[in-house]
Amino acid sequence: MNRQAEEMKGCRIVVETLIEQGVTEIFGYPGGTVLDIYDELYKASDRITHIRTAHEQGASHAADGYSRVTGKVGVCIATSGPGATNLVTGIATAMLDSVPMVAITGNVPTSAIGKDGFQEVNITGVTMPITKHNYFVTDVTQLADTIREAFKIAKSGRPGPVLIDIPKDVQNAVCEYTPLVPVAPDPQEIADDAIIDQAVQMINEAKRPYIFIGGGAAGCGMEEAVKALAEKIDAYVGCTFMGLSTLPNSYDRFLGMEGMHGLYASSMANDNADLIIGLGVRFSDRATGNPKKYAEKAKIIQLDLDKSEINKNVLVDLGIIGNIVFSFERILERVKKQEHPEWGQMIRGYKEVGKSIAKKLEEVPAERITPRRIFRVINENKTPAMPIATDVGQHQMWAAQYTDFEQPRRFASSGGLGTMGYGLGAAIGAYYGSKEKTILITGDGSFGMNLNELVTLVGYHIPVVIVLINNGVLGMVRQWQSLFYGKRYSNTMMSQTTDYVKLAEAFGLPGRKAVTSCEFEAAFKEAMAHDGPFLINAVIDQDEPVLPMLPAGGSMENIITKFEKKEGER
Amino acid sequence: MRKTIAVYVENKYGVLARISGLFMRRGFNIDSLTVGETEDPDFSRVTVTMDADDNILNQVVNQLNKLYNVKKVKVLERGSSTERELLLLKLANTADKRSDIMAACEIYNAKIIDYSRRTISIEVTGDSDKIQSFVELMIPNGIIEMCRTGVVALERGDKILAEN
Repeated sequence: MNRQAEEMKGCRIVVETLIEQGVTEIFGYPGGTVLDIYDELYKASDRITHIRTAHEQGASHAADGYSRVTGKVGVCIATSGPGATNLVTGIATAMLDSVPMVAITGNVPTSAIGKDGFQEVNITGVTMPITKHNYFVTDVTQLADTIREAFKIAKSGRPGPVLIDIPKDVQNAVCEYTPLVPVAPDPQEIADDAIIDQAVQMINEAKRPYIFIGGGAAGCGMEEAVKALAEKIDAYVGCTFMGLSTLPNSYDRFLGMEGMHGLYASSMANDNADLIIGLGVRFSDRATGNPKKYAEKAKIIQLDLDKSEINKNVLVDLGIIGNIVFSFERILERVKKQEHPEWGQMIRGYKEVGKSIAKKLEEVPAERITPRRIFRVINENKTPAMPIATDVGQHQMWAAQYTDFEQPRRFASSGGLGTMGYGLGAAIGAYYGSKEKTILITGDGSFGMNLNELVTLVGYHIPVVIVLINNGVLGMVRQWQSLFYGKRYSNTMMSQTTDYVKLAEAFGLPGRKAVTSCEFEAAFKEAMAHDGPFLINAVIDQDEPVLPMLPAGGSMENIITKFEKKEGER
Repeated sequence: MRKTIAVYVENKYGVLARISGLFMRRGFNIDSLTVGETEDPDFSRVTVTMDADDNILNQVVNQLNKLYNVKKVKVLERGSSTERELLLLKLANTADKRSDIMAACEIYNAKIIDYSRRTISIEVTGDSDKIQSFVELMIPNGIIEMCRTGVVALERGDKILAEN
């Protein structure tokens, strides 16, 4: 790298600093106040690839999907005003799921700030509660260091999004720029030995230990350590939605996701454990149900990097603050080997019940497409390296329940914010992060929100296989209406007139409609063999439920495992 | 219980909005919030008073510590810190109330800062309890308008927030 200082304009400093920080792909959409940066991106196109999405929201989700798959900071860029506000949903999505992101926006010249000129919006004010930090840069000499600091903040501690707003005159001002090597994130806190010993003692006394993995442990390379501890203390492992794809589903002590739509065995293990070892979990309402009734029989150890998560949602018996990998490894070293045959017996019982719930859902004619059948086909035909992206709703929960994850960082889905419309943009980012064919699981509701990104798929020839699980309704909301709103289906029926095959073809990608499970399997195999984007419209029953279900604010005694539909009922 | 929290922050763009926004977003109710310059012009000091149990207080402290411009957060204990508030009060100036007001001012060590035919303006400093009891004492005299600065506080002895 050339370390010579050089005079240049702010817009070029932006691009040079991004390259200096190791950015190779950036997602965005041009506009008036970022024209100068786009001119520099054009000139630097041999060193940094810009992917123009159809909508700024898609760019923000792409940056997010890219980051989830790579662990790197995802970068997106938009112009002032509506360009910037269109990023907002993507930034909030990244904030809630602790995804490192840097969002760059242009703004009107500093002299025009506050005058409500064309496309002016106070985006730092708008994004203050949904970023880790944000900047309004007024001095070109601060620009490079601000971008560097933004990357450091995005990566340090609990990751998250940072926004940098750069007025147009700052982009055009000139100053000296010297490339620097990227700095490491801030060192993480290290828990005291005494606290580790307390945890060890609690684990040594436990009879029914349960290791509970959350998003804070995903992508930390903890697979081997978690398995080792589970073996050593005879524990079972479950995860939150955000903890999926941390452990391979094939691991026999792994019970899958627990919580509102968690698997029966995992939720029961959580509820009946006498010790919960939470690894980067924040005990969100979707994971715990009623926090007062959560895991009443258990003591809880919570390992988390973010001090403010300890005792935030659930009161724990021991909080271990700091680098969770290092804390966990010290615990692993010090605990004594144990065996809990009774606990194993209980778990086997829960697994049996879980299987019978799943089996019940399969008591439908063999030709009918069911979610489980869709995922059986996907699991049999995908490779471990292929990322799975989803939108939000029933299809997302089925993806969480049924996908066989085999590799870490292969799941891009909006957990905390639950952003419908996230999937297609995220799949684009996941592809660029992995350079692997990417599978998007979506529903007809979510897909409708941002299907404009089909333009991007075709334009850049991005191999995303879209599995549109089409039930003709907003299925998750409808499920709630069925259970808790007397089947009054207020505004959840979708238009059934959309021809998704024609829609795909109009955008320039092949589409197939599948109404039987054989048709789905054939279409999916065709999609996997196809070079480029592909859409499958898989039609399922409108009342296909997500089960089990713990109603919001409920506990295990409220679990719903059956969903009766009277004959002939619509 | 009422708590006083001192926050040492970088004197940068939007920092007050970040702090007040955090209280709003997390649903923390505050009684008062003051902000002002410190011995170092690059830093400001924010003093917040609020009713909170220990759990909420921990959340407030931990969440404040996550803001990038926040350098130090400390909960000030009543016994080991001193706090003051300033009250400005405008009362109706009537012949029957005037001597009462004067007497109260003397006892409370309050200063009359403006005097007109129809109004008397008073300045009082003290801890919040003293200010509150002065206000209550004056209500029957007809408060025309008043404003309070909110609490500022320093630790006793040689403890310094920036070096804690």
